[in-house]
Amino acid sequence: MELFHGVNVDWLGKKWYFLGFSLIFSIAGIVSMGMHWAKIGSPVPLGVDFRGGTQIQVQFQQTPDANLIRQATEAAGVRDAKIQTYGGGGTNEMLISLPEQTNEAALDAGRTQIENALRTHYNNPFTVRNVQVVGPTVGHQLERQAGLATLYSLLGMLIYLWFRFQLIYGVAAVVAVFHDTLITVGIFALLDKEISLTVIAAILTLVGYSMNDTIVVFDRIRENLRLSRREPLPDLVNRSINQTLSRTVLTSGLTFLTVLSLYIFGGQVLNGFSFALVVGILIGTYSSIAVAAPMLVAWQEWRSGSGKGVALPAAKRSKA
Amino acid sequence: MKKNLNSKIAAIVAVLVIFVYGIFGVPSGLSGKALLESMTRHIHLGLDLRGGAHLILQVVVSEAVSAETDNTVARIQQDLKAANLTFSQIYKPDPAKPEVIRIEGTSPAQASAVRSLLDNKYSGEYDVTGGGGDGSFVVTMKPLVETALEEKTVQQAIETIRDRVDTLGVSEPVIQEYGLGKDEILVELPGISDLDRVKAIIQSTARLEIHAVVGGPYQDEQAALGSVGGTLPPDEELVHGSGALATGSDADSVYVLQRVSIVAGSDFRSADPGTDQNGLRNVRFTLTNEAGDKFYDYTSANVGHSMAVVLGGRVKEVANIKSAIRDSGEITGSFSADEVEILSKMLRTGALPASLNYLEDRTVGASLGADSIKEGVTAAVVGVLVVMAFMLVYYKSSGINADLALLLNLVILLGFMGFSGATLTLPGIAGVILTIGMGVDSNVLIFERIREEIRAGKAASAAVDQGFAHAWTTIFDTHVTTIVSAGILFLFGTGPVKGFAVTLTFGLAANLFTAVYVSRVIFEAHLNRMKPGQMVSI
Repeated sequence: MELFHGVNVDWLGKKWYFLGFSLIFSIAGIVSMGMHWAKIGSPVPLGVDFRGGTQIQVQFQQTPDANLIRQATEAAGVRDAKIQTYGGGGTNEMLISLPEQTNEAALDAGRTQIENALRTHYNNPFTVRNVQVVGPTVGHQLERQAGLATLYSLLGMLIYLWFRFQLIYGVAAVVAVFHDTLITVGIFALLDKEISLTVIAAILTLVGYSMNDTIVVFDRIRENLRLSRREPLPDLVNRSINQTLSRTVLTSGLTFLTVLSLYIFGGQVLNGFSFALVVGILIGTYSSIAVAAPMLVAWQEWRSGSGKGVALPAAKRSKA
Repeated sequence: MKKNLNSKIAAIVAVLVIFVYGIFGVPSGLSGKALLESMTRHIHLGLDLRGGAHLILQVVVSEAVSAETDNTVARIQQDLKAANLTFSQIYKPDPAKPEVIRIEGTSPAQASAVRSLLDNKYSGEYDVTGGGGDGSFVVTMKPLVETALEEKTVQQAIETIRDRVDTLGVSEPVIQEYGLGKDEILVELPGISDLDRVKAIIQSTARLEIHAVVGGPYQDEQAALGSVGGTLPPDEELVHGSGALATGSDADSVYVLQRVSIVAGSDFRSADPGTDQNGLRNVRFTLTNEAGDKFYDYTSANVGHSMAVVLGGRVKEVANIKSAIRDSGEITGSFSADEVEILSKMLRTGALPASLNYLEDRTVGASLGADSIKEGVTAAVVGVLVVMAFMLVYYKSSGINADLALLLNLVILLGFMGFSGATLTLPGIAGVILTIGMGVDSNVLIFERIREEIRAGKAASAAVDQGFAHAWTTIFDTHVTTIVSAGILFLFGTGPVKGFAVTLTFGLAANLFTAVYVSRVIFEAHLNRMKPGQMVSI
């Protein structure tokens, strides 16, 4: 069986469509992040990991009623509790959250208060499935770390590609990956989904994964540049994308299937994580064809337009 | 060639056997249950899969510094008095800077004598400045000494917590310094989901101390301050408490106490819960020898005065000193049964050198952990089956090759987890699943390249050769970038996320071996048995 044999698509001819598509999504994401910023002071809804506070996941024996739970917590003097159904409702699970405790010493009181409130004021036996209490110190540390980790991994890739290819390849790849990250986070903002620590892990994985796809295309461009120096760059890039297209679609498709299986069967705990991967793999594949490769060509056209060198550096010979 | 191939196959089988051993060890039987059992014994499951508590505690190290300088204040007072040097007061001017001590009102004529006394006795640990016309000196703990003291405090806290956790019988607890700040401790207690009791025991911020009573009980702080003329001398403090036995009521009242304790938390050698002759709960304690001597000196000099037992910042009991006490005694107070139990456990394991704050608390119930395992494994099995089926359909016989490599990849990954003692978390299982998807990428790259070479008219063995050679550069680059991002994730991540980085890195490293080397050997074995001119099925 073979798909995509002998395809001959003019990818670069469609660059304005790609640009439009990417811009629409990026801007929608940025606008949505701006709206969140105005409302809650952070560009995306943050999970309890970063936000700090108390979050208890409770499973009741009978179908729980959010109003009764609220009455119970308020009767016990717990204010500002946020009560949500969890895991689609069929499992009788609820998430009860308290806002950030600024006093580190009193951090732990909320959890006990909620449990006692439910025990005394709500006649529905329950088990506590999961408790997360995060103090402001840890929350802010984690927030900083997550930002730094993303930054460092982009920087690490840039340096590696600079060393293995040429600086412009690195820049193009990092721009493409940044584009993926922006759109993925933007979609979280648009859908009002919380970003937790594991979502950050998924995003960092996407940075690596999208980079994979881009490298495969770049590798082929490098190889073709060495073989045929006369061919105009846009044609050569088109040919390289087409040659690697079946591989790109196959692996992305297979990885997408495994991630989809994770999203469907992996359970609620990993929901945000697998959602980020599902979205990110689609965008990461798109961006290596539609963002990274056209950037190389655009750069070369700009260079020749401003009267400097003409050809794209054929890149260092591969050593591996 | 043939012989060479055989030894390669032998090497692969050896690797397979070694890593299967890493997963299962030597199982007690071959039934599914026995295999599963030995597997969970070899591969450490994270708290999010086993259920358990994950706590991050912060040691309030400034308390230890403060206690140390309190002692120094007392020592300087004694030394100056013993040398007949006058002063009006010695105190710590700023509660936010517990390392600074100020001496005021020394006589100008004695300035150099005071100076040389301070230099002689304290300059090892403190910087001494001042001694000018106003007769005041500032004695500041050296930053290096302060850092060392803080480190020692954290170490002591870790030791104490470990002792206390041991009394609970938790298996495989983790108690260690935690990376971010210098004063943080990570505590992981597998299998514990009802934390309240555990916390009461670990935490007992509850430092037990005995202080001299200056005055009290008073009804409120106003009255207490009134008794000392409106302002509290720097060497005294106000402490709330019920003092039920002393006053016969449970009402909150306020005492004025000497700031420096007579007996500190670390002075206790042993303690046991008991009841006194009236049937009231009490704790019988024994002091260390040194503390016993100190306690004897104090009690014999202060017969008739009162002492307050302060637990966790509250007065629990006020006792009159009837006669000198050396190293053993009992504390009777308004204790609950649990409090007596915890108190004596705590005194036995040594007191915490400073109190603890909770920075983070994540508890996963055992039922959620079990569900997570089930869901993670289902997702993994479905993912593997889909990918393997696809490879068979798309690449025909060569798909078998890829599937074998994929299975070996999984075996090596899990075996690696077993050998290294790394922890498998729920995101770690996700990492395994992702490895399947990304690992098969190498096979796809190679197979697509082989197809291209065949299309270009190459013979079977040449096409395979070229396919592997060309794909290798790309595979190497893609693996490096993914491992870079996983590595950064490992450095920055915590707990479950770290587990994800670990499986992803191990998985991709193993993939370099299986997709490139093993897959190649399988091709060679196949090519060897083919007739000349026959094509590979791809």
